[in-house]
Amino acid sequence: MSLIATLARLEAVSTGRAQPAATVRHRRLSERPLVFVPLTTAGEAGAPLGALVGTDRDAPHLLVVPQPRDRDLRFAFLSELADIVLPYIDTYADDVEAAERNETDPETGKRVKVEVELCADAPQLIVPSRAGIDFVRLLGRSMRFRRTAEQDPEAPYPAPPRVPLLGRWLTHFGERARVPGSSLLLAMTDVLSRHWATGQSTLEDQHLGALLAWIAPPEGETGAEAALRAELARDREGQLLCPPAGPATDPAFDNKLLAPAIERYDRARTALAAAEDGLEADDRLGDLTAAEREIRALVESRTRPTWDAVWRGLELLRELPEAGRVEERWTRDRWSFTGHRDRVVAGEPPQPRRDDAVTAANKLAAREREQARLEAQEALDDPLVMAGRRLAGEAFAGEVTEVVMAYSEGKRPSPRPLVTVRTDDRPHLGERAKVFRSLGGKPQAAEFVGYEGELEDGGALVVLRALDKMGRGKEPEEGSVPEKGDLICFTTFEHEQRGGAKLPDPEQTPWTHGGPPGEQESETADPLTAEDVL
Amino acid sequence: MPLPRTRGTALRHRLAELRGPDVPAKALDARALAALAANPGCKRRAILDGAGVNKAALAGALGSPSVFGQSQFAFTRGNAFEAKVKADGGAELLRLVHEKLDRTAEPPAHAHVPELTATGPEGRTARTALALREATEASGEWTLLDHPMLALDVAGSPAFLEPDAVVVHPDSSWTVVEIKSFPMLDGSADPAKVGAAARQSAVYVLALEQIAARLGSGPEGGATPAPRVRHRVLLVCPKDFSNLPTASAVDVRKQRAVTARQLARLTRIEDIADTLPAGTCFSPDLPTADLTAAVESVPATYAPECLSACELAFHCRARSRASGAVTSLGRSVRAELGGLTTVEDVLSAARGETGDPDDPAVAALRRAARLRAEALGTEAVAPCH
Repeated sequence: MSLIATLARLEAVSTGRAQPAATVRHRRLSERPLVFVPLTTAGEAGAPLGALVGTDRDAPHLLVVPQPRDRDLRFAFLSELADIVLPYIDTYADDVEAAERNETDPETGKRVKVEVELCADAPQLIVPSRAGIDFVRLLGRSMRFRRTAEQDPEAPYPAPPRVPLLGRWLTHFGERARVPGSSLLLAMTDVLSRHWATGQSTLEDQHLGALLAWIAPPEGETGAEAALRAELARDREGQLLCPPAGPATDPAFDNKLLAPAIERYDRARTALAAAEDGLEADDRLGDLTAAEREIRALVESRTRPTWDAVWRGLELLRELPEAGRVEERWTRDRWSFTGHRDRVVAGEPPQPRRDDAVTAANKLAAREREQARLEAQEALDDPLVMAGRRLAGEAFAGEVTEVVMAYSEGKRPSPRPLVTVRTDDRPHLGERAKVFRSLGGKPQAAEFVGYEGELEDGGALVVLRALDKMGRGKEPEEGSVPEKGDLICFTTFEHEQRGGAKLPDPEQTPWTHGGPPGEQESETADPLTAEDVL
Repeated sequence: MPLPRTRGTALRHRLAELRGPDVPAKALDARALAALAANPGCKRRAILDGAGVNKAALAGALGSPSVFGQSQFAFTRGNAFEAKVKADGGAELLRLVHEKLDRTAEPPAHAHVPELTATGPEGRTARTALALREATEASGEWTLLDHPMLALDVAGSPAFLEPDAVVVHPDSSWTVVEIKSFPMLDGSADPAKVGAAARQSAVYVLALEQIAARLGSGPEGGATPAPRVRHRVLLVCPKDFSNLPTASAVDVRKQRAVTARQLARLTRIEDIADTLPAGTCFSPDLPTADLTAAVESVPATYAPECLSACELAFHCRARSRASGAVTSLGRSVRAELGGLTTVEDVLSAARGETGDPDDPAVAALRRAARLRAEALGTEAVAPCH
């Protein structure tokens, strides 16, 4: 944590309210996000218990698995989920605009521009917490290798149609969420704690209820009090007033409410199966429906508060104006979405269980690049983030006190003006270090020449030589050179990220990295055991 | 290494006093021992654990009940999975041990599964030690010990531990087996959970090493070398989304070293006990005020990580916050603040009201406050110079 962030947290402690950690919103929020609040069954892998999902704050879809250990009921849940999520994704897949992409021509080997489609907007999934993102990945992994009856008529326990497709999409969302600065799949706690500093630790910030309590405490209460209530307060039956945001449930809820309800459901189901005539069956079906209704009510009672909290968080975030460079990062998300849409349409197989060496290296390189890009862009968009960089000596701001025209030596002299900046910051500038400022959205480079004397008040006079973006002529273009009295800010980090060295094609993987992957063998489905209930 | 008898007895007596009259000692399990390593500097935790105080009951009596609990779904699933792994005399389990740890050995066609039942933990410990000796002497055979009981000396009193299983290889080496019900997905599992399992197994390894050392220096006068306790334990988990077992060898050398060091340091419990005022008692039956005073008499080292490891964490957090300690925001926070330890100190130093401007921490703080105020467009909180 930087000192500025620490200071913000301490101010939050003393004022009893979260303090701003950003002045603008650094993530894209879709006009119509799909909010997903899942619950899982304790101790089981990939056995969802239920979920609230939808794009309408007032009308979420409630999906429930009354007996999470029953494969058919789980499939029914996933099938319902697919019927909500996939149409939502499809609305974005069809609206496209023309764009250009650089591709290598397979015949000539030259880089050429190719006209391609780019989706005009992309879907956005929002889950309450980071554990929710992991659960989306897990669901994706559990579904994408399933076989439907149509794909493989021989498959035992075929999955309902569209479930494998949902698995591929959720995998894509989960994978994209690992790219810094992306907004296709967001965890509400992450986004909120990016923009506000609370008076508690980052660990405690993982609790959505407590985090919101700090950001927007109820009238007449401090954030600390409200957060404590959200974390710990229980009703007379020992149930948490603010249920955990999931997907894990509170053990007290499992043991006292859910387990008895599931037991009643099981009993009603056994009784129905044993019914001997129609009349009896009708009666017992009534019991079964009642038991199922009870579980539905329980699941809704644990997910609804989280659902409301996520929407409350969205409301708070929308009050912040969007940062200038968010649009550019969202365009990358749109490319990512379009790319996966094309792979699905082209009939490519689902994402493999493990990436080959080249794909994995590419992914890592991309994440590193995006991390650097995000850090630079957030600083340029937000003076509060820049303040942190200035404190760290990675940027400095000040007033231009003098500009002396100078020229490069050489046949065609170009302008290389010397700019003196008076700053109170203490940048770490090495000999001839390069620094950058934003000039009309583009970075202008300058070179550190030296310090000019010491100032009594601890400030410094930094002399820089501007290097580019001044046009082709002998005289610099209008406005391309700072003038005396201008307030400007230079950074020691680059504003735009260059890609690293190009990696070889997967077929050229060196033996040190396992060699070429060989024939793409299609991934087999997970083996299924006949017994489904442990 | 063993303390003089009188001293050991005196300590045990003193710890029983701290626990309170008629309060049975809460046995330290491997999980609790492993958690000690998470916050070794905390004297409060050390003395309470060392004295066998039931911290959950204590936290309840203090008015900040702990939130730990296990869902019965997880519990049922865990037990069912363990039973499945150990079915058929442990055939599947031994197959996994052979495949992951000891491929050169004879495949385990049949194995000894000695009966380990006995009365009381001491009896079970003795029975386990005997079974281990027999299995070690009968080299060339596989032996599976299902739920053995091991004793580990913790600060002068024995803690009884029950690993899921211990396997004796044909070469007479021993392996700890840990069965967990979280899934291993495509060959990898949740690192946090694997870490916890590794720390827990490391405690078992330490306990086994004590037994092995005793076997080696047995009545034969060291004729038999001490059997080797393998430092790679076997972690058995369900494979992907099924209930089929799969396993992975986990190297616990590091966890073993850390835990061994922590346990060695625990002997200082005596020193902590000596600093307590006479008559201090942690019995949950005492009035809250007395209990609070007793708990306050031992310093705690609260950090947010405690919330997931210690029953008393919410009490310590409330205290830490009330005293304005900056560490309640995280351990890393302190690193940049130098000698300033309370929220008010830091803020007043940032405002320029207190603190020595030549102190680098104070100077950095003032610069940070000025930059933050400038960025937010608020009035500068600190007069600059």
